[in-house]
Amino acid sequence: MPVMTYRDALRAAMAEEMERDEQVVLLGEDIGVYGGTHLVTNGLIDQFGPRRVIDTPISENGFTGAAIGMAMAGMRPIVEMMTWNFSFQAADQIIQNAAKIHYFSGGQVHVPLVIRGPNGGGVQLSAQHTHSLEGFYGHFPGLKVVSPVTPEDVKGMMLASIRDPDPVIFLEAGALYGTKGDVPEGDYTVEFGKARIAREGSDVTLVAYGRQVNMLLRVADDLDKEGVQAEVIDLRSIRPFDTETIITSVKKTNRAVVVQEQWRWFSVASEVAALIQEHAFDYLDAPVERVSGAEVPAPYARNLEVAGFPSEEQILEAVRRVLYQESR
Amino acid sequence: MATTKRTARRGKTGNDAGTDSRKEPQVQLETEELISLYQKMVEIRLFEDACQRGFRQGKIGGYLHLYIGQEAVATGFLESHRSGDRIITAYRDHAHALLLGATPRQIMAELYGKGTGLVKGKGGSMHLFDAENDFYGGYGIVGGHIPLGVGMAFAAAYNKEDSIVQLYLGDGAINNGAFHEAANLSGLWGQDGLNPCLWILENNQYGMGTSVERATANTNLASKFDAYGIEHEQVDGMDVVAVIESARRASERVRESGTPFAVEALTYRIVPHGAADFLERYRTKEEVKKWRERDPIGLLEQRLEDAGVEEIAIAKIREEKQDIVADAVKFAEESPVPELSELTTDVYASEMHVADAG
Repeated sequence: MPVMTYRDALRAAMAEEMERDEQVVLLGEDIGVYGGTHLVTNGLIDQFGPRRVIDTPISENGFTGAAIGMAMAGMRPIVEMMTWNFSFQAADQIIQNAAKIHYFSGGQVHVPLVIRGPNGGGVQLSAQHTHSLEGFYGHFPGLKVVSPVTPEDVKGMMLASIRDPDPVIFLEAGALYGTKGDVPEGDYTVEFGKARIAREGSDVTLVAYGRQVNMLLRVADDLDKEGVQAEVIDLRSIRPFDTETIITSVKKTNRAVVVQEQWRWFSVASEVAALIQEHAFDYLDAPVERVSGAEVPAPYARNLEVAGFPSEEQILEAVRRVLYQESR
Repeated sequence: MATTKRTARRGKTGNDAGTDSRKEPQVQLETEELISLYQKMVEIRLFEDACQRGFRQGKIGGYLHLYIGQEAVATGFLESHRSGDRIITAYRDHAHALLLGATPRQIMAELYGKGTGLVKGKGGSMHLFDAENDFYGGYGIVGGHIPLGVGMAFAAAYNKEDSIVQLYLGDGAINNGAFHEAANLSGLWGQDGLNPCLWILENNQYGMGTSVERATANTNLASKFDAYGIEHEQVDGMDVVAVIESARRASERVRESGTPFAVEALTYRIVPHGAADFLERYRTKEEVKKWRERDPIGLLEQRLEDAGVEEIAIAKIREEKQDIVADAVKFAEESPVPELSELTTDVYASEMHVADAG
């Protein structure tokens, strides 16, 4: 299989679908002439022209709303949020219009729209430019929310997103744009609502999505050296959600640790913990552990930022707690 | 504190009863056309009256915003509607749906929360949709629908549909950020012929209870479009013939050019903002009385009489429409409520079910 970066997998999915379907257009700030702040759309304006790769003014509410209107009129727009932090400016459009129009129109109108961009922190952007919004957008019925981590899933889920009849919130791991992985050739999609078992194991279930999946794989390697076999589940899709894969795993391992960069309160990890106690209560040998970001706005100083995000040490400690091992 | 309407305004605005924009329209309408317009406007008026009664009887829930006093605006603009032109407005939307072809039965049933309603009892008064007849809603957040209209206009031009969008908004929405962002895009995209959007600003003088001059220092609302390179005009929104003249010209221009154009229709909401707005502390009885003298339906009756239509014929139209509205109320009352299974349908267009979320 060819090896591709996360960034190139994204671009390939969009470009291939634009070749296939003229209704697919891109909108966003500096995605055309500038090449995209993160170079995800680099070169596409040369390939498809300014009618299809649309540089917008800095007005997220306006262009996100316009993209919703385009989708209602039969197009398949892809909106780039330069970063998801700016989506609060467009939250009224996303939540009040995109998510609900199909319902309150009694099913008459639907909104095939993708909104994509980098999500999460880790590069000292401080408070206003650091958010992980899976829980926030995952809260609203009518939206679909995905957060892939491998280049293979990135391409397959982007193709699935563009073809989906509903609005999709596509949360990219911005810190991983340069990471590489195998990407199958040709046209393929990755179905929403199916988690991926990133590593099989029998002693403890580790659950995450996005950037934290890679962290869990490193932790699993460390645990392996201690004789503990961790099963790592990559959720990939926040809404729809794959309860079954988690429950099957927990019934096997009897222990679970859920890891996320976002804040803990009212979060994805909270939901996973609740689902496990609902569906696998009798199988649990320990309370479900959640490892999350610190309950503070993101700080600037590097050491503070690092301390505010989940670390491999914190995850190892949580695993030891569910295994009733001594802390080290 | 109760306030009275201030008269001092800057610029050319819709001051007392829209006198500044009033001039005798040049368009010549046949008597039959005038009668047809009258039928439509009376139907809207009587329908809205019935809604008010239903609300006070507790049969209609939620918010209810009536179009009484503004009938000439939608009636006049939608006279220029061609099949395929998409229409979008905010929550004062009953008239638009009626004029585009939804039946009084469907709309009243929706307001009564019945399964036979236009959107199956899922939207209510603020979210009427009738996509088959080009009506794309029906939105409850002031200003929030405006970018959608601009996007639909882009799509129409992108796909060379030869259709336009009629994008309705109220004076209250013009101070909202969504208006300014969307107008900026509309003007920008219009430079490339990619925005056949006819902006229809229904200036009914009040955003809820806040008058135009208590909401903005530049009360010449049409002039706000100057900031975005969108040409504009004002029209007497109480005179349906004047509205038609403006609408035909503006629609043609937008359709030919792919460029947006804005019309500010100076009108007046004769009824309270919402059906529950009884006190109306923000305006005087005298002011309402003055505007009632230019009630759009009264003005049209005068035109009919001038054209030689007998009073008995006019009265007959009213009776016929009263029967249609009474039938709609009866239909709504007798219709079944939605099946409970409808609670969880239409959340997604795909096969996904609500339970799949977790």
